[in-house]
Amino acid sequence: MPDSTPTHPAPRSPSVRAELTQSLADADGPYFGEFGGRYVPEALIAALDELETEYRKALDDPAFTGELARLHREYTGRPSPLTEVTRFAEHAGGSRVFLKREDLNHTGSHKINNVLGQALLVKRMGKSRIIAETGAGQHGVAAATAAALLDLECVVYMGEEDTRRQALNVARMRLLGAEVVPVTIGQRTLKDAINEALRDWVAHVEDTHYLLGTVTGPHPFPQMVREFHRIIGEEARTQILDRVGRLPDAIAACVGGGSNALGIFNAFLDDADVELYGFEAGGEGIETGRHAARFSGGAPGVLHGARSYLLQDDDGQTLPSHSVSAGLDYPSVGPAHSWLHDLGRATYQPVTDAEAMDAFRLLCRTEGIIPAIESAHALAGALRVGQEAAAAGRTDHVILVNLSGRGDKDVATAARWFDLVDDDAIAETATGTEGQL
Amino acid sequence: MNGVQEENRTSVEVRSRTGDRLAELRAENRAALVGYLPVGFPTVERSVEAVLALVDSGVDVLELGIPYTDPVMDGPVVQEAAQGALDAGTRVSDVFRVVRAVTEHTGGTVPVLVMTYWNLVLRYGVDEFARDLAAAGGAGLITPDLIPDEAGEWVRAADSYGLDKVFLVAPSSTPERLRRTAGASRGFVYAASTMGVTGVRTEVGSRAEQLVADTRAAGAPFVCVGLGVSTAEHGAQVARYADGVIVGSAFVRTLLGDAPWEERLTSLRATASSIAAGVRTARTEEVDA
Repeated sequence: MPDSTPTHPAPRSPSVRAELTQSLADADGPYFGEFGGRYVPEALIAALDELETEYRKALDDPAFTGELARLHREYTGRPSPLTEVTRFAEHAGGSRVFLKREDLNHTGSHKINNVLGQALLVKRMGKSRIIAETGAGQHGVAAATAAALLDLECVVYMGEEDTRRQALNVARMRLLGAEVVPVTIGQRTLKDAINEALRDWVAHVEDTHYLLGTVTGPHPFPQMVREFHRIIGEEARTQILDRVGRLPDAIAACVGGGSNALGIFNAFLDDADVELYGFEAGGEGIETGRHAARFSGGAPGVLHGARSYLLQDDDGQTLPSHSVSAGLDYPSVGPAHSWLHDLGRATYQPVTDAEAMDAFRLLCRTEGIIPAIESAHALAGALRVGQEAAAAGRTDHVILVNLSGRGDKDVATAARWFDLVDDDAIAETATGTEGQL
Repeated sequence: MNGVQEENRTSVEVRSRTGDRLAELRAENRAALVGYLPVGFPTVERSVEAVLALVDSGVDVLELGIPYTDPVMDGPVVQEAAQGALDAGTRVSDVFRVVRAVTEHTGGTVPVLVMTYWNLVLRYGVDEFARDLAAAGGAGLITPDLIPDEAGEWVRAADSYGLDKVFLVAPSSTPERLRRTAGASRGFVYAASTMGVTGVRTEVGSRAEQLVADTRAAGAPFVCVGLGVSTAEHGAQVARYADGVIVGSAFVRTLLGDAPWEERLTSLRATASSIAAGVRTARTEEVDA
């Protein structure tokens, strides 16, 4: 754990300082500092080039942006509210805490923002089939939802273990008309689901779009997915100015791949006085090796098309990650986060399973809001940031938390964790945790 | 990350071990058989035996794969072997042992290329990897997830250690990308016969011949074709127009399963000899439809 709350650690080199004088919010790929790129088979390059061209054209096309805005408003339910949580904040050292309520979006998380944007792009590109990966369901459900809405064929790759534990989520996707393919090779995790989706994409790239669920992957995905999520930060900025009359002192978000975090950070990246905190899955503790804390326990490397911080062994083989939250259980992270980390613009800290579950219960009991366990990592981090601000003698401290998803999907996990009901009864409901990078 | 600048200064003075061999075979009016096997499957020692069996059965150029946890360009057969190699404790540095063993066995007459996903080389250190590969007698690298655009550091290392740089092209590659990849490659350009991953297929992609012609027109002196070449018939078909025929899964498949190791080696030799014969005679035999 860090022993202080660094406002802005000193930039490391003259070139880094030079970068800081430019807008961080509008940084474009393929590289974010020394991270990002396109470490993919040549077979995919033409599709990635087409995707980049089309998405740039689309963002300049009022017909596209107008349709996306209509869907946000009429289908997703945007803008999502900003909720001040005063009873929860009593545990945060006197800071005021506001939640950006992405949990109230249709399908239950921020994921829908990106999925609708990419699915509209697929229609523009004239492709008829989308594929997606899912850790345990959230992105898969969102992708299946958009596919149903826009009449696209949808195939979701999911680790075999997850399809068993998440039988109801598999049923949800199938209800929505998607095909769910259990992945039976490798470690049978999210990572392997992405491998399999990439193999499918190489073979079917002419009619298929890979609807990647977070700000990872080869260029232009990290940049494009950020663009589709920047609405989170833009709304929150307006809302907090309206409510508080100034910008927040700190922003807290959980970081798996990092799409919800980048979505809310982006609108504040160029406000040097706003501290940005990304909370990774500390799992059972960094010292146990069972975690998904790339910045504490990883090193730069290449996985799934991008160079970024990565959990890897001495040979460069990918290490398994662990978290109580399936959505944070991924061995790499979006390259823009690695860049912000090395610039010192954002601070990344691990939150353990136990800390996250305590914050999960606290929000339930003080505010009547059941958060996703992923988002509970951000809540636990916010409590820490607030307490540290109090210890540093700071007053009138305001923290904005991205509540990226709702916890309905996590009820079985929480019931087991807190020993709330008979274990056999939970096994029968078989909901478990859901993926939400 | 300065791929554009780097590829433009690809040095002509570096001799290509693989290119020299392909030129000799071209003079004999035949294509090369490029054979793939993963290092460490089922163990490092046995993978040496398998590789030597392949060489003795008529393979002209060897492609040694380093097992990796996330092989996105490989189908189920190679994935299974790679996973088996990792489970057996195979380390990246084991590849140099195998390269050295082949070099000693053949006296250097069979160029040995290493096929590796990029993170393994990055973690080892690009320059250090190139140095150790050259020291072991290796000819160069085949890099399935490294495009020339990202290869600045590798191009520098390959040039300083005299190693071949085999990049891939695919049926989806634009003319501009074919030029760029042909310009960045040394040894040969690896043409993916079809859009897809490695594996045993019932036929070779119909776009392969055109891709070879286009890649040559883009400046590549040698173009070899891989992905899905599984039988002597496929081998002969590709050998009529390509400089080399790359076979992987059909060889690896003979080594999977529970049969006694000697039987698996026998099966590997039979498959390799059969495909090698198809490749050797392809241009001299009557082309029968």
